[in-house]
This record gives sequence, C-alpha cells and structure tokens, in this order.
Amino acid sequence: MKTAVIIFPAANCDRDMIVALEKITGHKPHIIWHQDQDIPAVDLIALPGGFSFGDYLRCGAMAARAPVMKKVIDHANRGGRVIGICNGFQVLTESGLLPGALMRNESLKFICKPVKLRVENNDTAFTNCYDKKQVITIPVAHHDGNYFADDDTISTLEDEARIIFRYVNDNGEATTAANPNGSRHNIAGIVNRRRNILGMMPHPERLIDSAQGGTDGLDFFRSMITAIG
Amino acid sequence: MKAYVHITLKDGVLDPQGKTIAHALSALGFDGIQDVRQGKYIELDLIATDREEARNSVDQMCRKLLSNTVIENYTIKIE
Repeated sequence: MKTAVIIFPAANCDRDMIVALEKITGHKPHIIWHQDQDIPAVDLIALPGGFSFGDYLRCGAMAARAPVMKKVIDHANRGGRVIGICNGFQVLTESGLLPGALMRNESLKFICKPVKLRVENNDTAFTNCYDKKQVITIPVAHHDGNYFADDDTISTLEDEARIIFRYVNDNGEATTAANPNGSRHNIAGIVNRRRNILGMMPHPERLIDSAQGGTDGLDFFRSMITAIG
Repeated sequence: MKAYVHITLKDGVLDPQGKTIAHALSALGFDGIQDVRQGKYIELDLIATDREEARNSVDQMCRKLLSNTVIENYTIKIE
C-alpha cells in the first residue's frame, strides 16, 4: 500500500500519522505540502489532525480550498482511498467529499480523552479487521467535533450503513451521556456512498503501540492493508 | 464599493455559543431574552463599480468560501 500524508500549516498530528503508516506498511509515506501541485500515484491519502490555518473562518475551511485539494479530489473521484482524521474530517466535509459539517462541541469545551467507539460497519476498507459492533477505545482531541447534517442526510447515512463509528458507553450503548460533543446520532465517523473516503474525529493513529497505552487503532490501519494490499 | 456579509446559522442548527451568551446575559441581570443566535460579519472592499456585478461576485464568494451552506445562511448588502 502506497500512501501520502498531506500537510497543511498548523497540522499537528501529521507525524503520528506518518509513524503509523510507516509502521503498518513498512514504507515511509510521501509527505505532501499543501501548496504542492502534484501527489505521486498512491493507494491512500491521509489528511491528518491539527488546526490547519489556525481554524480561521471555520475549521478546515481554508485547507479545503488549498491547491493540493484538487488533486485529493481527483484521487477520490478515481476511487482512491482517502482518510481524514479530526481536522482531516473537517477538511473532507468542507471540501464536499463527505456530507454534513463539524460544529463547535455542545459543551463549548475542548475535549481531550479516550472514548469508546462501536464499529457499526466492518464491511469497509477501513474496518474489516474489527468485528461488527466491537467496542474499541480511541482518543478524541477536538473543539469542533459536533457532527451535524440535516434529517434527510442523517437518514441516508443510517439507511446506507455509512455511519462507521458511533460514540458509546462501556456497555456499547449509544447514549446521550456517552456522546462527548453533541454529534447527531452519536456519529464519530462516516464514509461516502462509494465507501472510499472515511472521516472520523477520534485518532486511531494515537493508539498503534502498547507504549501509547493501547493498540485499538492498529486494526484500522491493518484493515486498509487487507483491502488494498 | 463595499460589501457587508452577515453569516448566521440556519434554523434548527444548534448554537451552543448563542445559548451560552444568553445565559451570561441573564446572569448579568438582562431579563427578557428569549433566544440568542451568534454569527459572523465580514466587510469587503471591492474595486467593482457595478452593483449587480459586485453582488454576484460576493454571492459566489459566500458559496465557495465565506459561508458553509450546510449549516449557514448569508445576506449581502452592497453600498
């Protein structure tokens, strides 16, 4: 699996993503600056977390219009895989590659803690190494992770099994108390209709080595290896 | 020519910042607030001299960058 990581100014999870991809694939990902006009042929493009462009105007708004995003969109339109983690998810919604928007957390507080996620659909290139309904622990670290979309969009996401991760409690129940940020339907991660683009607020790249306190994020990356080779 | 853009959250979109502002105002003793919705205000200085042309151009700017039409509405005033 050949990979690339896009770096926007004020990204801060790019290194974690690079380390995770190198550990899993055995190769260093291509590192692409946001003003670059070209991305080498890769199987997967990762948009890492951070605070691109200082979250000016709206989180991800500036990054979504950076020159390199035209190439990311071309790659996605060809069926290439794209993942957006945290700020990367915000960039994907702002660029129109995924539906909805990520708004200020309902509590207005920056949230940085491990959360429980339920794998809602393991029939994707990003989750095939997890069991369906498996509950995993992955950290979140965001101020604007409150997923919003209109009723029709939410129904479509539900009907098409495109909600991939949901915030749950210790018993695996998607309750209001288990929802850290106010996201509609406890949504933590979704895919597009073609299922080649995934956005999620939690950070699987932060839990790939027992030295980090857990390895629940490993199967996220292993799934992509399984799907892509 | 100047363009003044107001960006507000659509009805039905939760506005936790607006709610917190309402609570803070109540705490300061301002009674009678039914609801607070906060938004953005952007001023643009334009070279254009034709009002319609300016409005169309700012409308495009709102659609492409200044607002996120998934969650926000905008109004444009040209002077």
